[in-house]
Amino acid sequence: MRSVIDMITPTTQFTSSSTIGVHEPIHQISMWDDTFGGTINPNTDVCMITQADAKLADMCEYASDRSLEASGDNQTAKSISDKVQRRLAQNREAARKSRLRKKEYVKQLESSRLKLAQLELELERARHQGSFIGGATANVGCGSVNSGIAVFEMEYGHWMEVQQRKNSEIRNVLQSPLGDVELRPLVEDVVEHYCNLFRMKKDAARADSFYLVFGLWRTPVEQFFLWIGGFQPSELINVVLPQLEDLTEEQKAEVCKLRHSCQQAEEALSQGIDKLRETLAQSITTLAGGAGSYSSQVVSTMEKLKSLESFVQQADHLREQTLRRMSIILNTRQAAKGMLAFGEYFQCLRDLGSLWAASPRNFSI
Amino acid sequence: MHYQAESYGNYYASTVRQSAAVDPLERVVRLASGSAVVIFSLSTCCMCHAVKRLFCGMGVNPTVYELDLVPRGKEIERALMRVLGGGSSVPVVFVGGKLVGAMDRVMASHINGTLVPLLKEAGALWL
Repeated sequence: MRSVIDMITPTTQFTSSSTIGVHEPIHQISMWDDTFGGTINPNTDVCMITQADAKLADMCEYASDRSLEASGDNQTAKSISDKVQRRLAQNREAARKSRLRKKEYVKQLESSRLKLAQLELELERARHQGSFIGGATANVGCGSVNSGIAVFEMEYGHWMEVQQRKNSEIRNVLQSPLGDVELRPLVEDVVEHYCNLFRMKKDAARADSFYLVFGLWRTPVEQFFLWIGGFQPSELINVVLPQLEDLTEEQKAEVCKLRHSCQQAEEALSQGIDKLRETLAQSITTLAGGAGSYSSQVVSTMEKLKSLESFVQQADHLREQTLRRMSIILNTRQAAKGMLAFGEYFQCLRDLGSLWAASPRNFSI
Repeated sequence: MHYQAESYGNYYASTVRQSAAVDPLERVVRLASGSAVVIFSLSTCCMCHAVKRLFCGMGVNPTVYELDLVPRGKEIERALMRVLGGGSSVPVVFVGGKLVGAMDRVMASHINGTLVPLLKEAGALWL
């Protein structure tokens, strides 16, 4: 990724001098070094003056040479010389100011560059830790910067692109006469790609588990189908099963058994979250009632909130185990078709969500 | 599901007298081999609730030890944390006296189909 600093060249001009916030490139000057005393402020006429003075200086040299030769009119020569001297003095002053401004500008660039490097370092660190930047300001309104989530959103976009590419590859190989040998590594690759997503989500959950649980990066239509931050494993099986026509009786039995186990596990985790909600409600009631030590109540309530993270983790773990189990039960070709079916379902759901979000809604009753 | 929290029964009462010098891990092993399915839990832990619901949903009747309500439960908690290698101490599940593990191990074994045979072998599940 090109850093912003690469895009800032000495030829671009900025209006603001105190922050690196809003800058408007308003005038392009390509002559830092060319012009004698080139200026960064076009609002003055110094630029033109210095250019004019350059010519004047040439003229003055010529004139003074001439005046040395001319033994004639000393008065006029002297008055011209005075004017020229004054002009030269003004010129020097303008040049000096211009050099000072240039120095200031360069200093500002340097500090921006430093700040950018620091931000990039923090981002990289946060990428590995999934933590907040500037925790002190994190809970002040909506101006908080949660780098863990920002990193996740960026990575998720990239993950989606790669996912589509991998699905296309599988589709191509399925339609070609190529065999299982070519297909198997592709299927395993897609499973691993999903596992990468679960790893990403695990890191993000450390930053904000609520964000994960409610799938805040997804469209509302996708969120409607969400189960603890993602697809419901038993539903995955329901989506994929009709697409697989050539299952043996044994395979069908295994898949049904898997679906049943998924449902039991999902039910258990859902009940765990219900319990969490119940105990949190009790905790909040106690807090609101003002009985007991406020601070210790707050601490214990916050601890309970943190336990949501472990539910997100277990849900993703369940998804991973289900995917792996499916890829074992099914043969390579079936697994490929299954992966493709799921990928297409997922994409369709996402597209529908985007369509819904973009469509105009009629609010009249 | 029966809780060994308040009413310890003869089994536990007899071990209390001896437990003064007993290593907490040994206590764990002894408790774990006492029933077909044993869950070490904390009464306030919601993930523990989830694992209990999982077994009840399968028709299993596990023995639950709430370590915050059991005498010297803190020691057992610490011992379990060492066994599992850090992270959280509960829930921990034993089937047939043998360690299955924490929540993720239990889930994984249920999904890959190894949990049910284990339960049947321990006599916790029929059919």
